[in-house]
Amino acid sequence: MTDSRAEHGLAVELSDLTRVYGSVRALDGLTLHIEPGELVALLGPSGCGKTTALRILAGLDTATSGTVSVGGKDLTKVPASKRDMGMVFQAYSLFPHMTVVDNVAFGLKMRGRDGAARRQRAGDMLDLVGLGEHADRYAHQLSGGQQQRVALARALAIEPSVLLLDEPLSALDAKVRVQLRDEIRRVQIEVGTTTLFVTHDQEEALAVADRVGVMNAGRLEQLAPPAELYSAPATKFVGEFVGLSNRLPAQVSGDTAVVLGRDVPVLPGSTTGSGHALVRPEAVSVVPDAGGGARVATVMFLGPLSRVTCRLPDGTDVVAQLASTEALRLQPGDAVRLEVAPEPVLVVG
Amino acid sequence: MRHPAGFRVFRAVGLLVFAAYFFVPLLAMLDFSTQVRGSAPGRTWDNWEFMVTDEDLRSSIVASLLLALLTVVLMVVLLVPTMVWVRLRVPRARPLIEFLCLLPLTIPALVIVVGISNVYSWVTYLLGDSALVLTFAYVVLVLPYSYRAIDAALSAIDAATLSEAARSLGAGWFTVIARIIMPNITGGILGAAFISVALVLGEYVFASLLRFDTLPVAMAALYKSNGPAAMAAALASMILVAVLLIGLTFLSRDRHKQGASS
Repeated sequence: MTDSRAEHGLAVELSDLTRVYGSVRALDGLTLHIEPGELVALLGPSGCGKTTALRILAGLDTATSGTVSVGGKDLTKVPASKRDMGMVFQAYSLFPHMTVVDNVAFGLKMRGRDGAARRQRAGDMLDLVGLGEHADRYAHQLSGGQQQRVALARALAIEPSVLLLDEPLSALDAKVRVQLRDEIRRVQIEVGTTTLFVTHDQEEALAVADRVGVMNAGRLEQLAPPAELYSAPATKFVGEFVGLSNRLPAQVSGDTAVVLGRDVPVLPGSTTGSGHALVRPEAVSVVPDAGGGARVATVMFLGPLSRVTCRLPDGTDVVAQLASTEALRLQPGDAVRLEVAPEPVLVVG
Repeated sequence: MRHPAGFRVFRAVGLLVFAAYFFVPLLAMLDFSTQVRGSAPGRTWDNWEFMVTDEDLRSSIVASLLLALLTVVLMVVLLVPTMVWVRLRVPRARPLIEFLCLLPLTIPALVIVVGISNVYSWVTYLLGDSALVLTFAYVVLVLPYSYRAIDAALSAIDAATLSEAARSLGAGWFTVIARIIMPNITGGILGAAFISVALVLGEYVFASLLRFDTLPVAMAALYKSNGPAAMAAALASMILVAVLLIGLTFLSRDRHKQGASS
């Protein structure tokens, strides 16, 4: 994160948040610190509590216990309308009876800004998201992607202390999704607002966030930069949820484990003794070898990369991700030897 | 798509039959209300002028129109915020509110009047004996129809997301209801309002049994002494309601063109 972003944003602190609905514990002691100007993505499966956390931060839901503070100010009891946060929703949320420019200016009107200042700021924000020419249109005259960009402009127009994005891309098709994802990141870097982005799409989270928090059953399993989260998962859930992983038999002794006959370092939090190593497909290499013991089961062409599934003598399937030039030399039924790169792995029970 | 000739003829005949079914009685009323007394030849508008010149009929028309207006205002003020609030904040109470609003539909008007006649003796004692006190009873009477119209309009929009978006931008609850939700359910509110007007202008049982002189009560009394004038008044009230309903159709169309869901 750059210093200029840190200058603009405010730190966010969620402390020991719990939210109970009847017998369901949606949040179970969530603690999360977001640095000023940082973009943190909360990632997890449906029902893990990520949206509940965002709604509590927005003031749209109330925590059973715990506190919310922004810039050192306790907002736990402050209503949503007084929290000064901009939010983009999963569902299209533009006011249908207002034009695009009136939608963007609405928050400024609520803050008592005069008409000229409102129009100026709304125009600037629409230019920022590339929709300056659509100011006089209504929501139904815009595509889904355009509506979400207007919603982003509307959220940013009030110069919020925190920007909240609640799965803003999930209703869009794949191509628009990638475009808007990149645009959100560009705009966030430009304005430097502290941002919490909730998504169930790991590619989205890994692509836009400074840090990604993986949630499971109301708890934060790990909060780390995307590369660290991917290469050094702290828990079995994170290892299995983020990216593809092979579960290969492993024998741990000290700080190394024997996986496919090779010594590899183990990550902190690994089990001791025998277990299963979570090995990424790209950490597996496939060497044609008549005495290797494994056989190629399938070769799946994915463009520049291919995914090769090999079967070990004990019936375990191992997926390897190889360059297509290398993978296409392999045929189903070929005898091969599998090797694991000497990168740290998490060994789970 | 072009339909076969036989179908087009059948459709035209069907439309003509239905048009005759609706319009012949209205034309008969117009004919009856413009006849000169004593079956003399020619036409007269005396019976229509009677609505303006007769003090009693005129005051009953004014009372009914004011009653319609007050009923609509009170219904909107009570029902819209309640329904929005229940939908957004206490959705569990929705079945109860729906049951309460639909209840007047299941109880005969006569039973309600007998039930509230004692209450009304207090109402007239406290607020005077103007026919306008019927507003309270009429709001209850129009609840089932108004509830349905507004509920349908609310179901057509994502009220929860719109209100959350507005609140996150700094709007309080009053602003959310008045400036975000209500403009998007205008069609439903107009529908509820016009149905209410139609009901109030035609309501006879409450007004008659509680002894208030509204237009239907005055028309019933007038019919015994001056049939053509009563017919003119009846036709005028029907034309007013028809104009309101046609206006509703055009207003809804315009709102759809603007992009506001109704």
